[in-house]
Amino acid sequence: MQLKAVDVRFGAVAALQGIDLRVAPGERLALIGANGSGKSTLLRVLHGLIGPSAGSVLRDTAMRQAMLFQRPYMLRTSALNNIALALWIRGDRWRRAREQARLALARVGLGEVAQRNARALSGGQQQRLALARAWSLEPDVLLLDEPTASLDPHAKREVEALMAQFAQAGMTLVFASHNLGQVKRLATRVVYLEHGRVLADLPVHEFFNGPRLGETSREADLFVKGELA
Amino acid sequence: MNTFSDSATTALALIAGADPQLLSIVVRSLAVSASACLLACGAGLLLGAWLGVARFAGRGAVLTVLNTLLALPSVVVGLVVYLLLSRSGPLGFLGWLFSFHAMVLAQAILVLPVVTALTRQVVEDVDRDSGEQLRSLGAGPWLRSWLLAWDERYALLTVVIAAFGRAISEVGAVMIVGGNIDGFTRVMTTTIALETSKGDLPLALALGIVLLAVVLALNALIALVRRWRVGRDDRPLLMEGAPA
Repeated sequence: MQLKAVDVRFGAVAALQGIDLRVAPGERLALIGANGSGKSTLLRVLHGLIGPSAGSVLRDTAMRQAMLFQRPYMLRTSALNNIALALWIRGDRWRRAREQARLALARVGLGEVAQRNARALSGGQQQRLALARAWSLEPDVLLLDEPTASLDPHAKREVEALMAQFAQAGMTLVFASHNLGQVKRLATRVVYLEHGRVLADLPVHEFFNGPRLGETSREADLFVKGELA
Repeated sequence: MNTFSDSATTALALIAGADPQLLSIVVRSLAVSASACLLACGAGLLLGAWLGVARFAGRGAVLTVLNTLLALPSVVVGLVVYLLLSRSGPLGFLGWLFSFHAMVLAQAILVLPVVTALTRQVVEDVDRDSGEQLRSLGAGPWLRSWLLAWDERYALLTVVIAAFGRAISEVGAVMIVGGNIDGFTRVMTTTIALETSKGDLPLALALGIVLLAVVLALNALIALVRRWRVGRDDRPLLMEGAPA
């Protein structure tokens, strides 16, 4: 997956400017930056939800993608049906979709709540359900938009553990995060965005231990110190 | 005893005694409005849901016309349906004028914009918040509109009940196209208008009480649906500690 000189404009606002980015298979890429820096827009461009105003997005047509949102939308039906519906939309037959959905729920430890209304689940459970839904689609690339932002520490750990398991199984992860600890734990590469531009694109150890980003940008310096996160 | 109390007493006696004339008028009214609602909801829910997610050139103009039709005067609908169904009109061959069918058609036309506009608003709101997530799963506009409408079924039930309320309390259109024929096209609202002008207040008042009771029951139903919906599955999202 590759972006070449991508611009995204919403009216007069430039959300992304001149983005060049290549995501390699098996990578765990963290997108970081302050609010409004363009992380979510970049994820949406990568997933095809937003088209670029300029530049090009190259994607392997055989590559499967899924995206996880900060506040997952669950239909007013059981946890099982929420996953089965996603598989049915993909083209699976309903019976097979339900069988796959059961496996996916068991995979994230939600087998016991399969028949419960998805909206009655806790925030952590809903995010795990969303992960199960994404995992059931067997994506090569999983895009995650601040997947643990609204969760308590326990639920955060559960979601992070699942992300790590998916990565270990060979899935490429691209995730936006404000949590620098999470980035250190999960990412292999970090892209720092500021005002819609890529200011740094480095392996994770270089990003945190290399030359200070603050020499390039005061905002970046504050962000890495945790004062803007 | 004054006229009002005399009339009220007789009206209550008519209701309590299940007066056959009163009952036939009430049943006919309910049948006309239910049939009209069924037709209007069948088309309006589909069209409204699609308008909620579809983006096309001229959509703004379509929505402006739709919202204007919300204030459509019932006598204008009656007049147009009358012209359509009259012997020399384009639908005159149906022979529906001054019939049950004509009243159903008029009420359905009257209620269709209400169902369509309210459904469009409900679906568009939820699509703006969450439609992107269904798109990310591969759902196109039609499927998305269906899924979102189904997901907002409790809100849309309120729309259906409101539409029925609008239909059953309407008088102008059914008066024009139904003709208010005794035992045939006479419904609650047209009877109230006629009997009041004749000075037969007890029957008018009895029907008025029934009509109010129907509207009250509909409102109570809306409140119940809302309460049930909130209690059932609208707990806040991202709330930790909910029972597993």
